[in-house]
Amino acid sequence: MSNNVFLALQNNEEARPLIEAIEQDNAEAIVRHFPAMVKIDCPGRLVVKRETVEALIGRDWDPQEIHVNLISLSGNVEEDDDSFALVRNR
Amino acid sequence: MSAKRMNLREKYQRMTRDLAWKPSYQSEDDIFPQAKYEGIIIHDWDKWEDPFRLTVDAYWKYQAEKERKLYAIIEAFAQNNAQLNVTDARYINSLKLFLTGVTPLEYAAHRGFAMSGRNFPGAGPQVSSQFQSIDELRHAQTQIHTISQYNKYFNGFHDWRHMHDRVWYLSVPKSFFDDAMSAGPFEFVTAISFSFEYVLTNLLFMPFMSGAAYNDDMATVTFGFSAQSDESRHMTLGLEVIKFMLEQDERNVPIVQKWIDKWFWRGYRLLALVSMMMDYMLPKRVMSWQEAWEMYFEENGGALFEDLARYGIRMPKYWEVSVKEKNRLSHEVWSIFYNYGHAAAIHTWLPDENEMAWLSEKYPETFDKYYRPRFDHWRKHHQEHGRWYNNTLPMLCQTCQIPMAFTEPDDPTQICYRSSEYKGMQYHFCSDGCKDIFDDEPEKFVQAWLPVHQIYQGNCGGASVPEVLEWYHLKHGQDNLEYLDSQDRANWLRWKGLTEQAEAVLQKAANE
Amino acid sequence: MSIEIKTTSIEPIRHTFSNVAARLGVDKPASRYQEATFDLQATVNFHYRPTWDPEFELFDERRTAIRMQDWYSFRDPRQFYYGTWTMARARQQDVAERNFAFVEKRNLLDTVSDQGKAKAAEILVPLRHMEYAANLNNCYITAYGFGTAITQATSFNAIDRLGIAQYLSRLGLLLDGNSGQVLDQAKRDWLEAGHWQPLRELAETLLVTKDWFELYVAQNVVLDGLLYPLVYERFDAALAPEAGSTFSMLMEFQNEWYADTTRWVDATIKTAVAESDANREQIGNWTRDWMQRCSAALGPVADQALGANQGATVLGELRDALVQRLDKKAGLSL
Repeated sequence: MSNNVFLALQNNEEARPLIEAIEQDNAEAIVRHFPAMVKIDCPGRLVVKRETVEALIGRDWDPQEIHVNLISLSGNVEEDDDSFALVRNR
Repeated sequence: MSAKRMNLREKYQRMTRDLAWKPSYQSEDDIFPQAKYEGIIIHDWDKWEDPFRLTVDAYWKYQAEKERKLYAIIEAFAQNNAQLNVTDARYINSLKLFLTGVTPLEYAAHRGFAMSGRNFPGAGPQVSSQFQSIDELRHAQTQIHTISQYNKYFNGFHDWRHMHDRVWYLSVPKSFFDDAMSAGPFEFVTAISFSFEYVLTNLLFMPFMSGAAYNDDMATVTFGFSAQSDESRHMTLGLEVIKFMLEQDERNVPIVQKWIDKWFWRGYRLLALVSMMMDYMLPKRVMSWQEAWEMYFEENGGALFEDLARYGIRMPKYWEVSVKEKNRLSHEVWSIFYNYGHAAAIHTWLPDENEMAWLSEKYPETFDKYYRPRFDHWRKHHQEHGRWYNNTLPMLCQTCQIPMAFTEPDDPTQICYRSSEYKGMQYHFCSDGCKDIFDDEPEKFVQAWLPVHQIYQGNCGGASVPEVLEWYHLKHGQDNLEYLDSQDRANWLRWKGLTEQAEAVLQKAANE
Repeated sequence: MSIEIKTTSIEPIRHTFSNVAARLGVDKPASRYQEATFDLQATVNFHYRPTWDPEFELFDERRTAIRMQDWYSFRDPRQFYYGTWTMARARQQDVAERNFAFVEKRNLLDTVSDQGKAKAAEILVPLRHMEYAANLNNCYITAYGFGTAITQATSFNAIDRLGIAQYLSRLGLLLDGNSGQVLDQAKRDWLEAGHWQPLRELAETLLVTKDWFELYVAQNVVLDGLLYPLVYERFDAALAPEAGSTFSMLMEFQNEWYADTTRWVDATIKTAVAESDANREQIGNWTRDWMQRCSAALGPVADQALGANQGATVLGELRDALVQRLDKKAGLSL
């Protein structure tokens, strides 16, 4: 059975750098586009890093901002000042 | 003095659970009277891991940003009469089902989480519940405001709140939520946050909102996805509650397992309405119910339950029945609505040739064999003798309250009947799942306000269909009946400039 | 197929939902507040009795002694539904955020005497626990109250109170450079110091008060009606010689919040007492009773805040002001 976690984001301007950051930091992430939505699956763990996003958008970014464009997720959330991560506990 | 840097977790703890104190003038049992009666044992509320760490100021900031965006779109949508841009007026019926069936549940969730937000003895879960409570009010209200525009142009929406408490199929969602709210705080949160939000809600929102996007309903997409951005917090709460109960005491495990079993099945039966929406009510389809079930339950839910295996939790009972049913569920449910389309506040219709081809392709093992012949027969009947409606009131399942039309797990041609005796009375069920739920709490489920029983007992305005419809506030000839002959369709054609066709529809409806 | 739509030919077939139209008397366009409020809560055909309270339905008018023909006669003069509420609060939090940042950046606390800082820590910070109780109390009313017109406003109030508790906590953290000592001391005081015990006892009594409308009167009308002017007007003024306007800036949110909330509280009481003599009498009795209890509980805090033996005089004035306010704004003469 699958060990994937996933994250679904609204497909809009604000989510674009988030998706790019995820692709940079999660080599195994699979990004799929749906109507108005992007679903990103990744085995085991998926992380969105503050540093990577900030480099892409050129301003401070608080990982809690992800909630504005987040549609759905699966996995255990690990949230701190520097990242937002989803993990499976095995 | 230079300030020490506090990390998110420390700061959040200071801002929430540190506010609470151990009372000494009143007993904790009096302040939190519902904490223990469900049998869940909690040794240390401080072990609660906050699933998300949002302080109120940040909440206001982000939520206001979402609301501003959403209302700008709602505004523009109304100004541009964008309701006319959707693929086809049949699509609107899925919104009718949503407003009458789902929006009242969002409101009920608002109140239910206020209850758990007051009743959990720990400040962590109180605050998480309270945020969810207020989010759910948001969802109810943004749905009303979005759909308000549709109500101005289409039938079936106008008395959604009144209908929710009365109409036969709406007792399915209503009883689901009444069941959860009439339970204690732990079961409520297991039912709604975990089983529904975490395990199943993707099957409600993803199909609805992707369906809306495919069918050019940008207002619904916007409220839906904007609501979903709160939902991810709610799902996290659901998972945390489960883990917390399981970690606190092993005696909690069988109770939690029993609730997961119950609420998986309750939620799955409720989603039967979504299955027909996906396969039959969207003029442009996103994916089939079967595909959605595979993607969101079998694959994803499977991974989740593997996560929980280390606590001694297994997959919910009867999940394999849901897999056996996945290639027939939507067809069976749409058939029920086609049968009783005269008593429903949505229009019903038969899939056209292209749609039947899609169904054959998506359901190669079942559609042509079992359902196409049925639809062909009904179509022929409609052409030769007029639209057929079933005037016999159906028997309802005592638990899920859906008419007894589901088939045996291993035989799609046999209706599944189960029954139990309680205090000398017979009660009937659509499935083993529903029977088990009743057998575990018969004193609760015998109370069910079953619409058909209520009609027979004379509590619904009278015994004839017109009397009952009047009591439902369901306008005969406007809100109900066949789509092809409906006012909705006639108006739609007229608005699209097809006046002659519109006249023909109205003429035909007048003759029937 | 693309068809040109003549917008003039597209007339709505109705203006609002049937339940809203029935209340407005005619089928005219309804406000967002009305559509988002009227009849949202179920009132009939509940399926199961609550296992936690089987005497009653899930939502049941009989959970209070107050009786209303129509629970939707209550109106929030602020017309708060979720969207308007959250946008209003976001504006206020933006101001609060700037104020905190300004005080921090300009080191304004350095201009306050140690005595002034100690006084602020001693009086303001323990109140975060009282706000937490106010949060739970309004959450209780939201859970068991009747009719969305009241319960949605109390649900906003509950979150507001948590927000205020968090602003008071931030003030504590600002005072000690995030060490947490001020918060810890404030909590010890709340639990042990003699002058806080009557208020804590009152807070715990409110947490076991069953009639939700009585709780509304006790918490939102009487206790807030005395405590807010005491702390955010009288005590703030008393701090000014030591602290200038530094603390006023850090309490601006509470001041503004109390002003809009009072309008809603008055409107609620006005509607309830105008409904019947029985309501008027019941609410009058509750108000008198809680006036006495809240005033007694606040006495030692007032003394501590304003100087020994000032408390009784000030609370006397605040009681008079509250009685006058209720008479003038809510039509309740005591």
